[in-house]
Amino acid sequence: MRVSKRASGALAVGAAFALVASGCSSGNNDGGDAGASSDGAIVIDGTQPENPLVPANTTETGGGAIIDWMWSGLVEYPNNGGAPQNLLAESIDTTDSKVFKIKIKQNTKFHDGTTVKAESFVKAWNWAAYGPNGAQNASFFSDIQGFDEVYTEDPDGPEGPQKAPEPKAKEMSGLKVVDDWNFEVTLAAPTSVFPTKLGYSAFVPLPDAFFSSTPADFGKKPIGNGPVKLVSWQDDVEIKLTRFDDYSLRDKMKIKDVTVKIYQDDTAAYNDLLAGNLDFQQQVPVSALAGEKWKTDLGERALSSTTPSTGIIAFPIYDKRFENPKLRKAISLSIDRQSITDKIFFGTRKPADSWANPLTPGAEPGNCTACKFDVAQAKQLYAESGGFQGKLTLSYNADASHKEWMEAVAQQIKTNLGIDAVAVGVPTFAVFRANINAYKMTGAYRAGWQQDYPDVENWINPLYVTGGSSNDGKYSNPQVDALAKEATAAPSLEEAHKKFAEAVKLIDQDVPSMPIYFGGQQSGHSEKIKKVELTNVGELDITSVEL
Amino acid sequence: MGRYLLRRLLQLVPVFIGTTFLIYWLVWSVPGDPFAGKCGDRGCPPNYRAMMTEKYNLDESIWVQYASYMKNLLQGDFGITFGGREISDIIATSYPNTLKLAVVALAIEAVIGLGAGILTGLRRNGFLDNLVLVSTLFLIALPVFVIGFVLQWLLGVKWGIITPTVSNEMRFSELIVPGFVLGSVSMAYVARVARTSIAENRRADYVRTAIAKGLPMRRVVGVHLLRNSLIPVVTLLGTDLGALMGGAIVTEGIFGINGIGRQVLRSIVTKESATVVGIVVVLVLVYLIMNLVVDLLYAALDPRIRYE
Repeated sequence: MRVSKRASGALAVGAAFALVASGCSSGNNDGGDAGASSDGAIVIDGTQPENPLVPANTTETGGGAIIDWMWSGLVEYPNNGGAPQNLLAESIDTTDSKVFKIKIKQNTKFHDGTTVKAESFVKAWNWAAYGPNGAQNASFFSDIQGFDEVYTEDPDGPEGPQKAPEPKAKEMSGLKVVDDWNFEVTLAAPTSVFPTKLGYSAFVPLPDAFFSSTPADFGKKPIGNGPVKLVSWQDDVEIKLTRFDDYSLRDKMKIKDVTVKIYQDDTAAYNDLLAGNLDFQQQVPVSALAGEKWKTDLGERALSSTTPSTGIIAFPIYDKRFENPKLRKAISLSIDRQSITDKIFFGTRKPADSWANPLTPGAEPGNCTACKFDVAQAKQLYAESGGFQGKLTLSYNADASHKEWMEAVAQQIKTNLGIDAVAVGVPTFAVFRANINAYKMTGAYRAGWQQDYPDVENWINPLYVTGGSSNDGKYSNPQVDALAKEATAAPSLEEAHKKFAEAVKLIDQDVPSMPIYFGGQQSGHSEKIKKVELTNVGELDITSVEL
Repeated sequence: MGRYLLRRLLQLVPVFIGTTFLIYWLVWSVPGDPFAGKCGDRGCPPNYRAMMTEKYNLDESIWVQYASYMKNLLQGDFGITFGGREISDIIATSYPNTLKLAVVALAIEAVIGLGAGILTGLRRNGFLDNLVLVSTLFLIALPVFVIGFVLQWLLGVKWGIITPTVSNEMRFSELIVPGFVLGSVSMAYVARVARTSIAENRRADYVRTAIAKGLPMRRVVGVHLLRNSLIPVVTLLGTDLGALMGGAIVTEGIFGINGIGRQVLRSIVTKESATVVGIVVVLVLVYLIMNLVVDLLYAALDPRIRYE
């Protein structure tokens, strides 16, 4: 999951769900003028990448967007949010969801002219997984056999005096290069969703130049294999990209030059968009949303899209007061999600009614019965649960725009159940997360989830399985764990989705957290752009742009 | 004069050490773990945290951190950010931008503020005087971001006279509006202080004498009156350069200028003490030197002031 780092805006610092969208194109689909497009140039808004651009070490949207444009992976996620399709992969074959034979398309090039080979993947993945390299996305490789040999945990945590022991191996035993165009991946356990994960940017190939340089130096002048290559990067000012003419895969660029202008303030970017100095803004500022101002300003150039991300309020189940599922369900039922999305978000977000975002393959719309607004049932369950003693705090990070909706939720719980609920702002996202990570929360808290890859698995395993990477409330139900395990190991995605649906039914009874709203994104483009699409993660699909 | 200068320069050393430590300590005390929020709701993998903690000595005490920072700083090494950028590069690119903006703002506030102050000080209670009083009151009452957004929207979006944001080249013509916004509040104060000062000295004995001697009005105002009335205005303008640079963050944000404001804000949020101190150290130097220049200017303006 990537984090948006812009200082203000609808999805601001530390808003955990960043910018995601289902495919959606502008009102004008006539296409552009091929002549104007072929040597055309556009300017789009962006944020300064936090770190040098190394795919396995990028977890924020500023750098993530550039990486998505500069690299092409084995599979791609279609803009309409559907199931992944092969891009650089010729075929990905498996009989047991444990051993995958991957064949890549021959003779595609990196930007420096070298050829993309099977080895380019294997070496890149081994680098990312090797613990001492400290890559932020290392955990994506944990499915692969031999991961525990290259990635060792610090025995007493980062605070303790001991350090993580030196890993036993440098390479994962599950990766094997067959020849230049074939390699074999053996997983530690069958995982049907593995091919879907391969579209995430952590899995892209790296050229030899990466291994003969340092990640920091490479990341300042990154060499990818995607439809655009880097021309120059001036910190805090702009990143210039241009079409990679030797690109031979499906998604070639129709225009030539793209300048990513780095803005500190999204209102400044919006004013540039209105004045015609900027061609695309992914998320217009909050100030433009009030009273539908952005639609008046932009007319047909306003793009509204729904995004596969969910705003959630989670319970610290490790706190005894929140142990009773009836209480949790009662609180969830007492929230009128529709009125929150209408009044606080001006209808730009949708009330949540399912556990996984409905745009995700394998998700079932409407499967969250605890997401209904039913005061009578809430009151009855609340009475059965024995009530809640003391003050119910709802914490949020105050450095992003969460105050209004969290306060509205607190007010509804107070009015409908009579619990003394208050919304409490924690000054920064860093402090907020530090408390959550240390399991020190004493009340419910804001969470959010944006899928990393389009599959319902990504909405269950990290969030609701015992020991899941983002199961911060320590929710644990052995039956859910068992079903999720079966689902993950299922031989096909269809069977996996069926098992996950069963697990979701149990989760729906336990209500470990409360989905509140589904994300939305409001983008705008200039008159110059005649056709544009957004990717499944809500970024501009630069290869779709026509002038 | 020479000894005075030397003494003032020596005073800079303890001030310098004191401010750097205070700032370092303040940023260090900002609660929260710098990596807790860096990787979103999933959290950073332990190996990443361990690597960064070791690289930046984050597990050491503040004294050790500060000492090793100062040791590097005295060797001209400002250190690197958590993202791996040289802090000296950040300072080298962002300072000139902020300085340009602040100088333009200072020039605007000096010219307009002083002009309005002199005119109204000489002709009090006229129409012009009342107009300036009302308009300066208006500027003082409005927050900078309101003036900034309104001017940007009116001139940039609605009328299309300027581009809403400043380009990378930082051309002078593009900086006039941001400079006006940044300098607007100080401009109002300069006008008011100049007006009062002129009006007061207008009745002074030496002015009456000069007029009685039959000197032309230009000379009375230009040489005798103005020079003596400038002392409070120079104090205001001199210390204002530092304030304008430090306070430019809002204006920089509105007009998309890559200045020190955004760097300081970013590094406070990410708890990068080294970046904050590096930038503020230079700002402290600007303050100290401008103060010294102002003190020296007093002597030039008023012959009665002598430094030993």
